[in-house]
Amino acid sequence: MNNFFERRYVIAAIFITFMVILLGRLFYIQIVDDRYLYFANNNVIRKKVLFPARGPILDRKGKILVQNEPVYDLMVIPKQVQPFDTVEFCKLIGIDIEGFHKRFEKAKGHSLYLASIFEKQMSVSLYRSLQEKLSDFPGFYGQLRSVRSYPDSAAAQFLGYTGEVRDKDIEKSGGYYRLGDYIGITGVEKAYEDVLRGQRGVENQMVDSRNVPKGRYANGAYDTAAVAGERLISSLDLKIQKLGEKLMRNKVGSIVAIEPSTGEILAFVSSPTYDPNMMVGRERGNNMARMYLDPYNPLLIRPIQAYYPPGSSFKPLDGLIALQEGIINPQTTYFCPHYYMAGNHRVGCEHFDGVTDLRKAIAMSCNTYFCNVFDRLISRNGPKRTRQTFIDWKAKVNKFGFGVRLDVDLPNEKKGNVPAPERYDKIFGENRWRSSSIISLAIGQGELLATPLQLANIECTIANRGFYYRPHLIKAIGDKQITKKEYTERNYVGVDQQYFEPVIDGMQQVVEHGTAAGARIPGIVMCGKTGTVQNPHGKNHSIFVAFAPRDTPKIAIAVVVENAGFGSSWAAPIASYLVEEYLRDTITKPKAQVEYIMNANLLPPPKGSKLKEAKPTKADSLKKAKTDSANKPQPVLKAAKRKAKKQPSAVYYANQPIARRNDEQ
Amino acid sequence: MSSNERGFFRNIDWITILLYLCLCTIGWFNIHAAVYDEEHRSMIDLSTNYGKQFIFIIVSLVMAMIILLLDYRFFSALAPPIYIVTVLLLILVLVIGRNVGGNQAWIPLGGGFRLQPSEFAKLATVLVLAKYLSGTNIKITDTESFFITAGIIILPMALIMLQPDTGSTLVFCSLIFVLYREGLSPYFLIIIALSITLFVLSLLVNPWLLVAGIAVVGALLVFFNLRNRKFIFGLLVWIVGSLGFVMAVKPLYSNVLQDHQRARIDEMLGITFDPRGAGYNVNQSKIAIGSGQLWGKGYLQGTQTKYSFVPEQSTDFIFCTVGEEWGFVGSTVVIGLYLFLLLRIIQIAERQHMAFSRIYGYGVASIIFFHVLINIAMTIGIMPVIGIPLPFISYGGSSLISFTALLFILLKLDSNRTGYTY
Repeated sequence: MNNFFERRYVIAAIFITFMVILLGRLFYIQIVDDRYLYFANNNVIRKKVLFPARGPILDRKGKILVQNEPVYDLMVIPKQVQPFDTVEFCKLIGIDIEGFHKRFEKAKGHSLYLASIFEKQMSVSLYRSLQEKLSDFPGFYGQLRSVRSYPDSAAAQFLGYTGEVRDKDIEKSGGYYRLGDYIGITGVEKAYEDVLRGQRGVENQMVDSRNVPKGRYANGAYDTAAVAGERLISSLDLKIQKLGEKLMRNKVGSIVAIEPSTGEILAFVSSPTYDPNMMVGRERGNNMARMYLDPYNPLLIRPIQAYYPPGSSFKPLDGLIALQEGIINPQTTYFCPHYYMAGNHRVGCEHFDGVTDLRKAIAMSCNTYFCNVFDRLISRNGPKRTRQTFIDWKAKVNKFGFGVRLDVDLPNEKKGNVPAPERYDKIFGENRWRSSSIISLAIGQGELLATPLQLANIECTIANRGFYYRPHLIKAIGDKQITKKEYTERNYVGVDQQYFEPVIDGMQQVVEHGTAAGARIPGIVMCGKTGTVQNPHGKNHSIFVAFAPRDTPKIAIAVVVENAGFGSSWAAPIASYLVEEYLRDTITKPKAQVEYIMNANLLPPPKGSKLKEAKPTKADSLKKAKTDSANKPQPVLKAAKRKAKKQPSAVYYANQPIARRNDEQ
Repeated sequence: MSSNERGFFRNIDWITILLYLCLCTIGWFNIHAAVYDEEHRSMIDLSTNYGKQFIFIIVSLVMAMIILLLDYRFFSALAPPIYIVTVLLLILVLVIGRNVGGNQAWIPLGGGFRLQPSEFAKLATVLVLAKYLSGTNIKITDTESFFITAGIIILPMALIMLQPDTGSTLVFCSLIFVLYREGLSPYFLIIIALSITLFVLSLLVNPWLLVAGIAVVGALLVFFNLRNRKFIFGLLVWIVGSLGFVMAVKPLYSNVLQDHQRARIDEMLGITFDPRGAGYNVNQSKIAIGSGQLWGKGYLQGTQTKYSFVPEQSTDFIFCTVGEEWGFVGSTVVIGLYLFLLLRIIQIAERQHMAFSRIYGYGVASIIFFHVLINIAMTIGIMPVIGIPLPFISYGGSSLISFTALLFILLKLDSNRTGYTY
């Protein structure tokens, strides 16, 4: 103890002061400031997205149309890579040295410590052969992913395809999708994207300061599992779908078959088609490019996107509307002198039918009869009110789903065309046109355009005697097999049930001994109507629409074969095979006949080639009536033509058998 | 011997020993948590830091026993030779030392162990300081005594500075508390405090502004104390000195300090912000401690320390583990234990009859205080990073053994406070 005893308190006070400062600061950063916990979690937690399996799509009988196939992405962590035999490595995965360096630099640019994708979507067999040797290449490993696979290679346009999201999709989804995600781009894959994609899961992984994984955060308490996408049961019948695709091989056109009692689409053939497996895997880009250049445009979804004038297949509709309006009754007759004079314009008739009633007119496809009916229908309020009457007529036709979208469950459906009165005002002057000016509508020509789906839907309506269900491709969603409510509602077309029987009688005669007698199936009462659609660019399109059996209709069908000639010679037999196959599981027609049709090549010469220039045919008797559209090509396959124009030297592709994806070696 | 046996634990300050054991145990557990991994679960696995620390604790306890068995006069008598040996070791380390982390501070002993003489230099300096200042007719206020005292302290400082180990060098500055207690003018403390303040201010504020500020404050002080000539004289000296100091800071700062030191100070003062570079350690350390919040993440649950985001986590940054896993509560307990220990040491020092013991006691308190303050302050970003260990808690044999020796010598001296014989 000395004189400076009191100084102990000063020193103690200094000690206490500083310790309190430390505690104050600790209080601030540990309790007041919340950011540090967030920073610490950011440091250590890596959220790993768990990709859900995309939902599979089945046909109506449970056969798989699309499933998921495992593939491997080869990943690389540049920091862990040690010198190795690059030549051998490149040979193993099938790339060249240059490609190797490019990929490796890209991965290094991404991150030294984080894994980057080195090579995408290697097939399981390729990965297996690589896997044994992968231990020689530290830093590389395979990561399982799944891609779409199509065991039967069928129904490509219906199913559509998936692809990596584009920036646009990411933006639109409000950040749901991330770079590298897959999204449905066309077809059912797009229409049912929300259902198919499932729900992503998150796994919280912990990493150390070098990003080396250190197990799961909080034993997975904050993880969520991925929920697989819902299973879709489509209405498609794989058997007739495949038969249809076979029959349509080397032909341009489409087949749509619908079950009238439900609106379920049974067949959805768009020809030429492609193997949907080509849209998957490493060759996808090349395949895609080739298909874009194909003059027959296999990517076009013809059943809902191609336009055809319905031709004679429109005649039953004429009859139905006229009956409903009381213009005719089933016994009304007209005399057919082999032609019809609309003013001074002559509409030819293929047959000399003589005195013709409704049934016979339909059976023999009498132009004269329906021109007369149409004339009376449009002029029934007096010639001066032609315009109003026409508007009324257009509304009636629209009720059949003609010229309006049917809202099928596929994206990019086209609505066809029923001309608006303004169009005729423009051609003939306002109110200066009469029924004779637009007489070509009576026989389904002129500006009338329909998609094959609409043609088939009209058959459903006739088969149901007055109503249709909205046609759809997916009949049930998920394990609970939910069916959308709007598919179970009847859409009445405004024609009473009693008026259908005479028309159906006529259609039955078409098949029994009329224009499509060759399509008759012994033992099945089929009602149909042929159409031979005049095509200003080449041979006529062959159209056949039908439903069967007559009394308890199970299938309604529309077949369009482009540039094939008469409806009775190509479309009708194709339809009959499908109907019989569907109803009886077998075809009784001689095998040779079926094979003849299967093997026939009716592909027109590619558009733009010099072989055959499109020119009006002599059969185009309506040339004068369509003064404005005569110098303008008929808008069939607009998209295909546009592409073909850009690529005059396009490769003729669709004719060759489509090779299965072979990235296995 | 039998009577000595009885006297062995007589008058021992058990409170201090309890505090000491608490801190050592906390240290051992936190080292375990800091370097824990699945492969080495055992607390005494010798291949790990916590296994080695266990050995160090045993060695320290054995040494504490030995110290308590020795005659209390031994320390006073042997202070000069210990000091001389230490100085020699400090010179030796500059010649044959191993360079670890930029400092040539280690003498390899074989078997994976190594000696850090600068840790023992603190003990030796405190001992010899006590010995000198307790001599008859030695007054710190005398010029001669003052310079000899300064020399005793500055010699090891200079040698350690050559390693260069700034942290250990700065520790010796804490002995100013001892000198203050023994009669050094309080102006020294004030001047040091002012210098530090001015240093920081001159880095943060425009120097001309600072000069103007000093001039204004000085003028006001002069104006209100016109009668007190002595005060005015001192004040003028201070003003002139301050002005010179302020003007000299920038050039000194840029030229004398090493780059990494400058970067650490800049980072601490917020002049630069570089959480991936110079500020990485402190930033991660703050994240570790801050993320502990009130109760901490729990033992072995600290992610910052376990996954090596915090560097030097078992030595200089061991407090991160405390803060992260035990939260504010645990941090408060640790700081409280230290404060309790420091105040206890002051109490022990003040109850000594012998000046030697008292001076030595204050030396122990000063050194422990400085370590604790600088170490914890640096982990929470209110001091620049200076690599000195946290007493009794940080991993390291030299550090633990020297602190144990420091403390137990005091306890030995204290056990004889009442008499001169056993």
